[in-house]
Amino acid sequence: MKEKILLAHGSGGKLLHDLIREVFLPAFDNKFLRELTDSAVFDHRGTKWAFTTDSYVIRPLFFPGGDIGKLAVSGTINDLAVMGAKPIFLSCSLIIEEGLSLSILKRVISSMRQTADNAGVEIITGDTKVVEHGSADGLFINTSGIGLLSTRSESSSPRIKAGDKIVINGSIGDHSIATLSGREEFDFRTEVKSDCAPLNDLIEKVLSQSSGVKLMRDPTRGGVATILNEIAIGKEFGIELWEERIPFKQETIAISEMLGFDPLYLANEGKVIFIVKDEEAKKIVKILRSHPLGKESEIIGKMTPEPRGKVYLRTCIGTTRVLDMLSGDQLPRIC
Amino acid sequence: MKYLDEFRQKELVDKLTKAIDHLMADIDRKITLMEVCGTHTMAVFRYGIKDLLPHNLHLLAGPGCPVCVTANDYLDKAIAYARKEGVIMATFGDMVKVPGSRSSLAEEVSNGAEIRVVYSCLEALKIAHQNPEKKVIFIGIGFETTAPTVASSILTAAEDKLCNYFVLSGHKIMPPVMRALVQDHELKIDGFICPGHVSTITGSKIYEFLSRDYGVPCVVAGFEPIDILQSIYLILSQIKSGQAKVENEYNRAVTWEGNLKAQALMAEVFEPESSNWRGLGEIEQSGLKIRGKYGSFDAEKKYPLSIEESRENPGCICGDILRGLKTPLDCRLFRKVCHPSHPLGACMVSAEGTCAAYYKYLSV
Repeated sequence: MKEKILLAHGSGGKLLHDLIREVFLPAFDNKFLRELTDSAVFDHRGTKWAFTTDSYVIRPLFFPGGDIGKLAVSGTINDLAVMGAKPIFLSCSLIIEEGLSLSILKRVISSMRQTADNAGVEIITGDTKVVEHGSADGLFINTSGIGLLSTRSESSSPRIKAGDKIVINGSIGDHSIATLSGREEFDFRTEVKSDCAPLNDLIEKVLSQSSGVKLMRDPTRGGVATILNEIAIGKEFGIELWEERIPFKQETIAISEMLGFDPLYLANEGKVIFIVKDEEAKKIVKILRSHPLGKESEIIGKMTPEPRGKVYLRTCIGTTRVLDMLSGDQLPRIC
Repeated sequence: MKYLDEFRQKELVDKLTKAIDHLMADIDRKITLMEVCGTHTMAVFRYGIKDLLPHNLHLLAGPGCPVCVTANDYLDKAIAYARKEGVIMATFGDMVKVPGSRSSLAEEVSNGAEIRVVYSCLEALKIAHQNPEKKVIFIGIGFETTAPTVASSILTAAEDKLCNYFVLSGHKIMPPVMRALVQDHELKIDGFICPGHVSTITGSKIYEFLSRDYGVPCVVAGFEPIDILQSIYLILSQIKSGQAKVENEYNRAVTWEGNLKAQALMAEVFEPESSNWRGLGEIEQSGLKIRGKYGSFDAEKKYPLSIEESRENPGCICGDILRGLKTPLDCRLFRKVCHPSHPLGACMVSAEGTCAAYYKYLSV
């Protein structure tokens, strides 16, 4: 491992995985952490709980479709919801750079309140620190969340096997493109908005109407490609993703082409990937499409018996290629 | 989407693949084509195009990635400038991670150097305006595609009488290196898939000498699967009929004459000079230096510096890969110690680099 922490360590790709495996896991080793899921799940007096935490550092603080506050509430809710938990309480910890205008802070806090209200969760504890000018970038937010696992999700999910389908609730890459377009160094304007939203209601709806969901993950940093690799790695199955079935916004594709990005590696903040039983896949898509956050849901691939542990993309022209985890940051092309 | 979907149609791909198979059956020998542009290399991998081609048709990736062809001596200079007091280096993101002889710009950042990643040199100009007490040096690399905007930034700086904006010019141009490649007897290139982005500026006319003097078919290609397959088809058709000419498959963006205004900008600010290419060495008239009349914006002229002798990582075979002689699979560092999060050579850093393409798209 490199001797210094690089920005790329935070991109959710290979470097972060190395860091977790080589530094965090050996130090904190316990049965909850070892699962490496979005939330830790633990028993307390006969009730199962999910517990998670996430820090939000984003530039700009306000971007098309959201802001750091909406993101901080949605992201933590989603980490709980994809575990099948009903999010109940959040904490909110702020690191504020000296000089931040009070009106910006108020806007962010009000956005957090509104997002929490819409999602039916409460923010019940918090902390505030102010650091010297230059020691932070405006505002960083950490939220932790706790959620209740219902009896329904308590029964362990059936094993994922070849033939299972992959479902997503809409277009991918929009969050990355929207935040980029909000940065002053990018001279382009776009209608693309971040998909940033709490997904607990959507997920609850699916789980209450179908028992076909085997696994859920939110494809945030590193995008759909990285999350699918995390699902497949070391497992008895492979994944085949179908390029022509993946929902994309035209503008997201256009901007990605222009900058040389692969949308499969761009971050999402309002998407969830479901691994579902083959026979329930169509029904689940139907349920998703009846929800405002799932109108563009699609079946985008399937689990295959071979090659184990790997993700392949069947391209729009019928060829296949391997889809690896994001390694380092995606950088705009030069020529 | 217009200009994308129609160039990704599976039916058309199938038709073209069949036509290519027929042509190759008629030609009945090993054919080697080189795609010079790094974005072509990426597209070839991204769409799995090699899987569609007959076994005796080889695609070689050429020296078309601007970061990859930039030699260590240039990078070492950039690093030396970055270490100077009161200097802001402005650069494309890729360059930050490329290892030079003894350091990289990324390492210099952690040692306190001020390095700003920009997406265009015009942004570097803005930084110069905002920081009048600092010297802003733009790391100017790239081919004919990027050189005109850099030229324009220098002209704007001259107009604005900006005294703290400088360019470290490492620009390169395509025709001389393509001449060097066809003259390389180890390579035996049967045809060029010519770079689309470069050609939007230069026009397809710059390849005429290759078909006329060396009998090598040249087709300017776009970046979608149909573009690349269609270009291969056109080159093979020329080979079959014993012809060699310049054809333009990418006619939705490229003309014979190219962008005359951009060419004029380039000619106004730059003049050709000998340039050092990674793996290929010095090639006459293949680089662009800033003309004397704009010397006050030339970092090297304004602040000359001497650097220690440059050296390459002895295990790295980027040079042979850039010439198309070897593939990353021949490199003993590839995947083992050299990967995108820990690149040992430039070809692994840039998104357009051959090693990065092999790493990302080829399974082990």
